[in-house]
Amino acid sequence: MDDVRAIVEALVFASDAPLSVERLKDILGDMDRKAILEILQDLMLEYRQRSGGLCLMEVAGGYQFRTKTDYAPWIKKLRGIRPVPISPAAMETLSVVAYRQPVTRQEIEKIRGVDVSGSLKGLLEKKLVRIVGRKNVPGKPIMYGTTKRFLEVFDLKDLSELPTMREITEMEE
Amino acid sequence: MSYEVKLDIFEGPLDLLLYLIRKNELDIYNIPMALITEQYLAHLEMMKALNLDLAGEYLVLAATLVHIKSKMLLPVEEGEKEGEEEADPRADLVRQLLEYQAFKEVALSLDKRKLLDRDVFKRIQPVEETPGEEEDSMVEVTLFELIEAFKQVAERMDKEDLLEIDTERISLSDRINEILEDLAREKSLSFTDLLKTSRTRKGIIYTLLAILELMKMRVVRAFQADPFGPIRIFPAVEESTDG
Repeated sequence: MDDVRAIVEALVFASDAPLSVERLKDILGDMDRKAILEILQDLMLEYRQRSGGLCLMEVAGGYQFRTKTDYAPWIKKLRGIRPVPISPAAMETLSVVAYRQPVTRQEIEKIRGVDVSGSLKGLLEKKLVRIVGRKNVPGKPIMYGTTKRFLEVFDLKDLSELPTMREITEMEE
Repeated sequence: MSYEVKLDIFEGPLDLLLYLIRKNELDIYNIPMALITEQYLAHLEMMKALNLDLAGEYLVLAATLVHIKSKMLLPVEEGEKEGEEEADPRADLVRQLLEYQAFKEVALSLDKRKLLDRDVFKRIQPVEETPGEEEDSMVEVTLFELIEAFKQVAERMDKEDLLEIDTERISLSDRINEILEDLAREKSLSFTDLLKTSRTRKGIIYTLLAILELMKMRVVRAFQADPFGPIRIFPAVEESTDG
């Protein structure tokens, strides 16, 4: 058992993308899902407790080692480049896409009250948003949705993990 | 009367309106239209005075506010009052404000998460080589040149096979995503190769439409090293500015 635990740890470390339980199951062969999940939970706890620089996180349907937030300034120094932050405008557009997907540009603009072609383009380039199809209405406008990368960047297991949105109460008078 | 100058932080007219409501501690369900319209217009004046680019959306909302205000000044007719809908002229605006406010809150809560490459980091993946200096010497091609290249491929195809059986089901969005995926992998693609990957006439037309759509959205750009040379498609990279 301890052996498998070490293998799982090594596999998660060596994987480029978040490693899913299914993939681990394929590689490990005769292990059942539940046992693998237990090992992962156990490892997550261990990393949380050992006061090191890493933590094991569950993102985008898999598991991945990431540095703890406390050490971000050092990593930024190491990497040398400053990542381009997501502007508040882009963040608002992204929120609408995340909660209303599949959604057209016109629908986003109706909610935000501004032209969103610029922020949509930025989000497409950052691969946080993708084209998911065309809406079957006159003009066949393009519909947008979020990507797996969106889940990865925003530390989400899946879309259901999105924070619940405050209920929009209809005005009744 | 003095107004706080905080213009650069507004993400749009709804944002400005929400700010005014908050600043005056107003009830969103019962907005005093005269007050809010006056302050909103004063802000627009100030933005104009500061030579800020006043987006058309701001003026649209200004018109809406004035319209609602005037509607509320009209006496309610008896017949209307008894009717089913006792519509508050502000209802639509309030609904829009509440919806926008909810998304604004969501955006803030998303921003508070542990963002990859900002708060947390993963192991770095091998960096792909970026297209070298040859890109600099390339000229952006026009629609005319794209169509010309398309015609060449299409003509050749006409001679090769005249028989066409409609079995391939394709959608434009699928093709767009395929091209985007290929581009992410290859960094640049030859226009003619892209067209040739489709075996049917319908296929190459979809490919052309997909590329034109992507160019229209400014997601990709087409370049050519010399006149009549091969056309290559690159992802558009420059940073977007957004208001």
